[in-house]
This record gives sequence, C-alpha cells and structure tokens, in this order.
Amino acid sequence: MTMLETRSLMKSFGGIRATDDLTLSVEPGELHAIIGPNGAGKTTLITQLCGSQKPDSGTILYKGQDITRVPAHKRARLGITRSFQITSLILDMTVIDNIALAVQARQGSSFRLVRNARTISAIRDRAMELLTRVGLSDKANMVTSALSHGEHRHMEIAIALAAEAELMLLDEPMAGLGAEETRAMIDLLNGIKGQHTIVLIEHDMDAVFALADRISVLVYGHIIATGSPAEIRANKDVEAAYLGEESGAA
Amino acid sequence: MSRRNIITLVVMALLAVLPPVFYLTGNAFYLDLATRLTILAIAAVSLNLILGYGGLISFGHAAYLGIGAYAVGIPAHHWLYGGLESLGLATTSGYVQIPLAIGVAALFALVTGAICLRTKGVYFIMITMAFAQMMYYAIVSIEEYGGDDGLVIDSRSELPFIDLDDPLQLFGLAYVSLVVAMLIVRMIVNSRFGMVLRGAKGNNERVVMLGFNTYLFRLTAYVIAGAMAGYAGALLGNFTTFISPEMMDWGRSGELMFMVILGGTATLVGPVIGATLFIVLEEVLSSLTVYWHLPFGLLLLAVVLFGKGGIMGMLRADKEDSE
Amino acid sequence: MDFALLVIQTLNGLQLGLLLFLVASGLTLVFGILDFVNLAHASLYLIGAFICATLTFALGNFLIAVVVALPLTGLIGWAVERFVARPLYERDHLDHVLATFGLILVFETLAHLIWGPEGIAVPLPEFLQGQIVLSETLIIPSYRFLIIGAGLAAAGGLFWMVNFTRLGMLIRAGASNRTMVSALGINIEMLFGLVFAIGATLAGLAGMLVAPITEANIGMGNSIIITAFVVIIVGGIGSMKGAFVAALLIGLIDTLGRSFLDDIFKIFMSPSAAENSAPAISAMLIYIIMAVVLALKPQGLFPPKVR
Repeated sequence: MTMLETRSLMKSFGGIRATDDLTLSVEPGELHAIIGPNGAGKTTLITQLCGSQKPDSGTILYKGQDITRVPAHKRARLGITRSFQITSLILDMTVIDNIALAVQARQGSSFRLVRNARTISAIRDRAMELLTRVGLSDKANMVTSALSHGEHRHMEIAIALAAEAELMLLDEPMAGLGAEETRAMIDLLNGIKGQHTIVLIEHDMDAVFALADRISVLVYGHIIATGSPAEIRANKDVEAAYLGEESGAA
Repeated sequence: MSRRNIITLVVMALLAVLPPVFYLTGNAFYLDLATRLTILAIAAVSLNLILGYGGLISFGHAAYLGIGAYAVGIPAHHWLYGGLESLGLATTSGYVQIPLAIGVAALFALVTGAICLRTKGVYFIMITMAFAQMMYYAIVSIEEYGGDDGLVIDSRSELPFIDLDDPLQLFGLAYVSLVVAMLIVRMIVNSRFGMVLRGAKGNNERVVMLGFNTYLFRLTAYVIAGAMAGYAGALLGNFTTFISPEMMDWGRSGELMFMVILGGTATLVGPVIGATLFIVLEEVLSSLTVYWHLPFGLLLLAVVLFGKGGIMGMLRADKEDSE
Repeated sequence: MDFALLVIQTLNGLQLGLLLFLVASGLTLVFGILDFVNLAHASLYLIGAFICATLTFALGNFLIAVVVALPLTGLIGWAVERFVARPLYERDHLDHVLATFGLILVFETLAHLIWGPEGIAVPLPEFLQGQIVLSETLIIPSYRFLIIGAGLAAAGGLFWMVNFTRLGMLIRAGASNRTMVSALGINIEMLFGLVFAIGATLAGLAGMLVAPITEANIGMGNSIIITAFVVIIVGGIGSMKGAFVAALLIGLIDTLGRSFLDDIFKIFMSPSAAENSAPAISAMLIYIIMAVVLALKPQGLFPPKVR
C-alpha cells in the first residue's frame, strides 16, 4: 500500500494557483524528496499534507484512508509529523521540555493536572535519549532561544522522532545552515532513513541527491517528473524547467 | 533553593505575620488593607494561570469577582427579605454560597470561554472585555438587587469553625485560600496539562502539530481560573459586605491585569507582589491627592514603555524555567 | 406597539449607530493599519467633547467651536501616536492594552483636573433648539437631524477618502503591506501619525455631537468604548464597511431592544415575567448578538481579506 497519495490537489490564493492538479505518491520506507524552484508551491503542499491548510479540491490519502478533511491535530495522532521551514520551537521553554512535550504527545493523554511532568521518568528518559541521538544532550536544560540555528534544526528532528511518526514531513531542514552543519544534518537524516517514511522538501541539491530514494519535481504547483536521482538528473524537462529558472535567476 | 523560591517564601511569610501584628498592636486598618490585597491576590493568581502561563489576555477577569460576590449577596438578600426559598437560595450558609460562587463563575467561564477561545489576538482581548461588561449591565438592570446602587450584605457567610465577622479570622481564611490557590496553580502549570498550556502560549501551531487540541486545554484552564476568581469574589463580598456592579467594571479588570504584569507574569509569587504594590500605591497616592489616577496612569505607562518582566523580572537571577 | 414611538426610537437608534461608527471607524482604522490596540481611543471622544464645551463658551457658538475643536483633537491624537503608540508597535498586544489603559487614567484625571467633576452642559444655537412636529405625537428635536446628517456626511467623507484618494490608497496599501508602502518611499511614520489623527478627529466629532444632549462628562468615554469594541468585533476588525454595518445594527438593536423588548416578551410570556426579564435581557442584547456572530463567524461579518 502507498504510504501517502495525493490526487488532483488544488489550492489557490486570490487567483494564483499555488497547487495545481498535484498528484503524488510516496511509498513506505522511502525518502521522497520534493524539489522545485522558488515559488513552486512546496510549502503550500506541506501545509496541506499536515492539515494546517485545506485544499480547494482533490484528495489526500494516508495508508489508503481519505484524510483530506481530517484536522491537523488528528493527523498528528495518525502518525504524520511535520518539521517547519522557519524553525518553530517553543523558544521560551527549555530544550528538554520541548522534546518532552513531543514525547508526552506520543504517550497518551496529557489531560493530567496533578503529577509534575518533569518527574515522570518515562517521558524525561525518552526525551533525553532523543536528545542524545541528535547530539544535544549537553544542552538539555538550556532555554531553547539560546541555541544556534543548526541546533534548532536538530531539535526539530528530535521532535519528529519523538512522535514515532510513520510519515515525517521535513520542510527544508538544511535552510540557513553552514556547510559543516549541513553535513551533520545529512549524517543525521542518513541515520534515520529507512526507519520512517520521509517526505523531504529541500533546496540544497547536494543534500537531496545524497539522501533521496526518489525525487519529485514541482513547478508552478504541478509535479512534472518523479523518479530516482539518476532519472531526474537525466530528465530534459526538469533541466529545462528547473535549471532554466536557476540560470535565469542568476 | 533558587532565588525565586526564597523570594516567594519571604513574601508569603511577611504577609502571614505582619497584618496580625498590626492588628494586635491596634492598627486594625492595616489588617483590612492586607485582607483586601490577599483576596485580590487570589484573583490575580488565577488570572496569571491563563494570562501568564497560558498567554490568554483576558480583560474581563473582574466579572468573576463580581459573580462570586453576588453569589454571596443574593442569597443573603433573599434570606432577609424572602424569595427563592424553593430553590434553597435564601440562605447565609457558606455551604451553599461558596459552591454557588465557584459553580456560577465556572459556568460563565465555560460558556463565554467556549466562544472567546475560538478567536485569537486582539479579538480575544476585546471579547473577554465585552462579556464582562455584559455581566455588569445585567446586574445594573436588576433593580431587586440594587442595580447601580449596589447591595448591602447584611450577614456574612456562615462557615463551620470560623467566624467571618472576626477580621482576624477572615484574614486567616483569605491567606490560607491564597496559599492553596498558589499551590493549585503551581501543580497545574508543572503537570503534563500545564506543559501543553505553556507550550501553546509559546507556539500554538507547533503544539497543535504535535497532536494536541489546544482549544480544550485552554478552555479548561480558563474555567479553572474563572472558578478560582469566583471564589475570591465570594471572599471579597464577605469582606466588604457591600457589593455593586462597579466591581465588575472593565477598569477593575485592567487593575487585575496590571497586578499580574507589575509583579511579573508566569511566576508563582509575582501576582502577590503585584497586588501588594498596587494596593500600597493606591493607598499612598489616594491619601495624597484625589487625582491619584494621574500619577498611577503615568506609572503604568512608564512600566510598559520602560520596564521589562515586572518586579520578578528585575529580581530574577536564575534563568531556569521552573518554580 | 406605538407607531410614533417606533419612528422616534428608530431615529434614536440610527443616531446612536452613527455616533458608534464615528468612534469605531477610528478604532478599526488604527488597528487595521497599525495593528495597534488603542483602549484610549474613547478618551479622545471625551476630550473632544470637553474642548468643544469650553470653546462654545469662549467663542459663543457651538458650530464654530466644533470647527475649531476638531483639529485640536486631531493634534492630541497625533501626539498619542508619537509618544505612546509608536514605541510600542513592535511589542505585543498586551503592552498596547496596558499602556493605553494607563493613558485612559491619565486623560480622565486630566479632564477631571481641568474641567472639574461636574458635567458641562453645552448650549445649542437658537436655530438648532427647535423641534420638527410631524404629527401630534411625533415631535423630533431638529438637532437629532443634524447629528444624523453630520454622521452620514462624516461616514461618506471617510469612504471617499479611503477609496478614492491617494491618501486612502496608501492607507489601504499600508493595511495589507507595511514594508511595501515604505519601499515606495512614503514616510510611513507620517502616514501612521495621520491615521491616528484622523481616528482621533472622528472620535472627537462624535463626542462633540453628543455633548449638547448628555453634557460633556467624565464617564462618557467609558460608556461608549466597549460598545464600539462590540461594533468592530461584529463588523470584523479592520473593515470599514463592517464597522458601518455593525454600528447601525448595534445602534438600532440596542435602542429598539430597550424600548420594545418587554412588549415583544409579553406576546409569549406573562406581563410580570416580561417586565422582570426584559431590562436584563435588553441590557445584554448586543453582547448576545456579538456572541452569536462570533460563534458563526469568528472573524466577524466582514473579515478583512489580508491579515
């Protein structure tokens, strides 16, 4: 069964078609990258996949189930998690509290008003384990706003891992990272690849070609090609639409 | 022990000891002042739960004080003048009045909160304000309970073991209530529920993406805060023995907000410090001039334009996020 | 129901609605464009009324006083923008609310200091003191028509300004995209100050118009500001059209509710029950309407397109 499928997805903003008859299919366990020039509608697609925006028409299927009208918080419970392009952490909370909240979301009801959340070892230990995995265990008790941009990106990954999501939607995890930070992120993603299905939206072509099992190319809200990295590299349409735009912009 | 905890303990110890000492040395006035500030501090602590920890800028919190006070005043009125016996609401029993104050306040919070929390930002501020004003006008329009002129509570709530006619016992009840309210808020904000509430303040979208229905968490906190303020209102009615719609005016709500901000939001003792400063300022300034709102307003402007994080923010040395 | 009373109350409702619009339009303009919450907006309604009262006695004529008082009120609005609002644009709404709450206290106490605790009655010129007798029971003070006329003229002028002038274009552009307007080389600070001054002038005008009826008094700002909030919430914050429609709606419903709700209730309940419940319900009526509108449309009737 396909993990995620969209059929003829449409979304317009005041006459501009951000998503135009978009059909996509993501197989279980693969790392599926979505690339495309600026303004191709990549982020609009992610917001529809995670449920924070509703498409005007079309269908989104998750493991064969129609989730087009399912609200964001319920999709999260179904196993879809999203990382944000602009880092979206709770900046006034500590690093470990951010991760613990994600763990808490996974471990059943949070409608518990009595016990001190910070003394629940099932939550704290798991959060610490995830921080170790993304290399941030030594910063656990710092306020999130004090961490660097690259570290915030790693926290995003830890939160996605905490959700034990079957489907991770990663929105430009390399954006704004330096060369060294990008390498660390590629290593991190390589480590988790295969354990989760990942949809990766990314500008950094080296990273995409290093990581992706399959690549879809999005131009003006429409997918013009899908295939393995080698196939995409060889595709003339992609070169015309994508690289033409790149050189035109340069 | 963190510096913040030391401040909390010192403030609470002073508040416990000083007023009775003043009273026993013949300065009854200061005990009255302390009782008033303690009761208002309970309301400020409850507001801090939603404003400081939840990020919900409610500009209608005084309505709950009024609801609580009228939940004492109306049954006491019927007890003296008849009416409502069939509902069991012609009574001075605290067993009826206090649950009534808490229950009606919680219900009002549930109904209005369910609507207010569908909106955000400036809508939320104005709508909470408007609903509070609705209660104000509703009471004004009911002539039986004195309308604009207010209502005298002829007999205070009857409770077992304590006599609210004794100022020292009334203060004692208020003080213990304040401590309990602070402990409840501390428990809530440190619980798993509280983590979600605080997370939603910092970044609601993120918390929703984690799978939390933040609307329900916020509504629950809103109802708890309303119920606590309703209880404070019942105490306030017993303290002043005269209640009027004026206590629900939006200016009163603004003062409660000011207490929370002045003391420092999202700290346990901040609202208590804020309420103390407010009452002292009000007392000192109004004894100097009838125009005391002028320096007071200017001070408020100055705190916002130049201050940061309230008194607790200025005193804070440790950056850790825990109480 | 009495027909003459219905006509009179409808006119009263229209009058209240237009006054509400004058106050609410400034609020919605300032919020829509500057994203600034100004609780002290009604203080300018209050100050406008007092300045006009003083000038009426100094200059001997109410209408001349209004003409002189309007730019003065606008100037105070400009000063509020310059010294209180401007430093706070980058802060959150909580700071706006607290600072302007402090500002209300300052304005009200200043009014108390300058003009005293008593209200000031504002005399009208002779030709406005008359009444228009439409029938034996239908007598309407001619000043009411002046208020309605002035209110409609101000509303019309505002619509014209927002929709058909260069200033209006900048205001509309500024509302949706601040950086774009400043990129056009427009002095955005000047524009914001102007917007504030326009809002203040409109609120001041409302205060001046109402002063001959209610006297200029210290409590007048407090009594209108919350209703003006209800208006912009119902209309959709930032929407001028919404403010207009909602202001008339709220003005009419409030006025008619207060005079006719008991008659309506008597249709389906006992007279004594109707007389007991009608005052409380009519006092709450506009808030109930606000709640219903929000339950159906959380952004108000005319949500602004860009926000």
